[in-house]
Amino acid sequence: MDTALLIAIFPQVLLDGLILGFMYALIALGYTMVYGVLEFINFAHSEIFVVGAFIGVEILLGLKGAGVLDSLPPFLVLILLLLAGMAASGLLAVTVERIAYRPLRGAPRLIPLISAIGVSFFLQDAIRLVESIWRNAFNLVYPSMDQLNIRFQLTETLDVSVKSLVVIAAALLMLWALHLLVNRTKVGKAIRAVAEDQATASLMGINVNRIISLTFLIGGAMGGAAGVLFGIQYSLINPYTGFIPGIKAFTAAVLGGIGNIPGAMMGGLVLGLLEAFSASYMSLLTGGAFGAEYKDIFAFSVLILILIFRPKGLLGEVVRERT
Amino acid sequence: MKHHSYWRLAVVALALAALVFPAAALAGEAKGTIKVASQSPLSGGQAALGEGIKLGTQLAVEQLKGAIEKLGFKVEYVPFDDQAKPDVGVANAKSILADKNILLVIGHLNSGVAIPSSEVYKDDKLAMISPANTNPMITDRKLPNVNRVCGRDDVQGAVGAEFAKGLKIKSAYVIHDKTTYGQGVAEFFRDDSKKLGIEVVGFEGTEEKSNFDPIITPIKAKNPSLIYFGGIYDQMAPFFRQTREKGVKSTFLAPDGADSSDLTKIAGKAAVGMYYTTTAGPVALYPKAKTFADDYRAKFGKSPEPYAAESYDATAVGLKAIEAAIKGAGGKMPAREAVGSAIRKTKSEGITGSIEFDEKGDRKKAGYFVLQVYSEDPGKWGDNKLVKRLEIAPPPVKK
Repeated sequence: MDTALLIAIFPQVLLDGLILGFMYALIALGYTMVYGVLEFINFAHSEIFVVGAFIGVEILLGLKGAGVLDSLPPFLVLILLLLAGMAASGLLAVTVERIAYRPLRGAPRLIPLISAIGVSFFLQDAIRLVESIWRNAFNLVYPSMDQLNIRFQLTETLDVSVKSLVVIAAALLMLWALHLLVNRTKVGKAIRAVAEDQATASLMGINVNRIISLTFLIGGAMGGAAGVLFGIQYSLINPYTGFIPGIKAFTAAVLGGIGNIPGAMMGGLVLGLLEAFSASYMSLLTGGAFGAEYKDIFAFSVLILILIFRPKGLLGEVVRERT
Repeated sequence: MKHHSYWRLAVVALALAALVFPAAALAGEAKGTIKVASQSPLSGGQAALGEGIKLGTQLAVEQLKGAIEKLGFKVEYVPFDDQAKPDVGVANAKSILADKNILLVIGHLNSGVAIPSSEVYKDDKLAMISPANTNPMITDRKLPNVNRVCGRDDVQGAVGAEFAKGLKIKSAYVIHDKTTYGQGVAEFFRDDSKKLGIEVVGFEGTEEKSNFDPIITPIKAKNPSLIYFGGIYDQMAPFFRQTREKGVKSTFLAPDGADSSDLTKIAGKAAVGMYYTTTAGPVALYPKAKTFADDYRAKFGKSPEPYAAESYDATAVGLKAIEAAIKGAGGKMPAREAVGSAIRKTKSEGITGSIEFDEKGDRKKAGYFVLQVYSEDPGKWGDNKLVKRLEIAPPPVKK
């Protein structure tokens, strides 16, 4: 075992883990916010995330096809992509709620869950259908923007690219904005009230349906932004890309205490770091006996341990104030 | 209103056909229909290569079925989509087996799918000729019905290792995709590299498709002079791209799973200059392949993917064997087993050279090639530079 090597790569792995963690956190918000107000898992959220990624790549390819991509400032393009991805995913989430979940509002808990799984399959294949007719392609690639690939060499073993910084900055900004929205505004108060008790909230003059739609809009928009950032960071997407990050983000939401917004952020970061560290260190520590392919087993073992000792997640108790 | 007239036309044509052709239809029924099936991924991330196998087979059936039709049989082609998944391949294999008119299977793309599927074909001794499966276990099981026109991974791994040695590579980091094919060829490369004195500083499997950061970080720290990826282009392309983006300057080497224009479509300029070994030579290399490539382009509107020419050859051998088996059966529908043994006896000149199988179904002399990616434009995949060309006989089976 090469201790010097282990120490040398530590900061880089930490950074990789943070980037992945912020991505999970953004997606996890969609799960946790919907759970908070409706107590149901929106399994279609992984596809809402992927739709953001596809809108991003379509706009980029469109700009590239028109020959204007290289002449536009990359940050302007980025903001455009993020806004478009957020709008598309947010509206899609609202539509899905209106069509597939609202009619089932009074039904037993499992019914909307099955409906959500159905929507998830439907969206996967709808994306596949559209892309195969539109571009005759399965895998789509984000065209690279050179300014985003510039790397800063911080130390001998640590460097960071502009796009990684963008991912972190965008994620922080959105998490902060969401925090303000939920805790400092009237709308946020309404969301919290609906999460607490729908019947009472409606008696206080809150339009519950509108607040639920709004929750889907915000959660979907966060997912769409994560989709665009995912595409920019890892470049290759296909209609089934969303499944694994979706499951991981759901895990992150549970880890942090589902229904709890700061919990989702924290759960995302913890899971991202666990995954990055186990993937990078496992084979170095075990002399190749356990390789990077065991990262998920390790990460999920830790998850099980945490849930054994804290069944409601890391920050779970805070939200469980209901009586 | 046009639809109306089309419909009417179709109905009239059908009625006419029924009047004029009953005799012919009866004659065809007396002798029967012979079907050729193909199995390859037609949907999903590896569809580019899988479709090449389908189209190569289709072209061969259409161009070469005349000889069998003269003997009084109808010849049909049925493509199957194995989705690069073993369970789907086996399910397809069962329905193929149930259709008694199918006498030949061309496929698969993935060794991990071909091996379990061929165990199904074996039950009724249905002949399979593989255009692309390079894992040694395909033929080392010595099934009488399984053959391949491509090379083997134990040789391919060694060719790669020797080539790396020739580049004066000191250290190599080996990644694979955990499939029968990818891990298999990566292990051969690793073992042969060690024998040649190349230090293997890492050996890692991953099923990850998008985020390779945590794998790249240790590679970067160890700074190997070469990275070998045993896998298929849809996974290695984003890996190579992210590796270059992270500033790793190592030489890239990969086996024939890299051999698709989709590699540069995904990896872009990160793939330029990388090497890959393959058992499917570029079509431009074979003098006889020009007509094939022209016909392919004229019919399907795109250049043949790697292994399309091999599929054409595999189908040609199979059709020839079916013809021989019909004659052997006195002009009647031959048994599946007879087609299998006729394939082993058939010698033919294909577009990729002469084809003859040894007693376990390996091609007696298979070609191995090392190529270098020339351009980031996927349209120029066919112009990749040939660095090395070898013809090697398969190694004897280890007991």
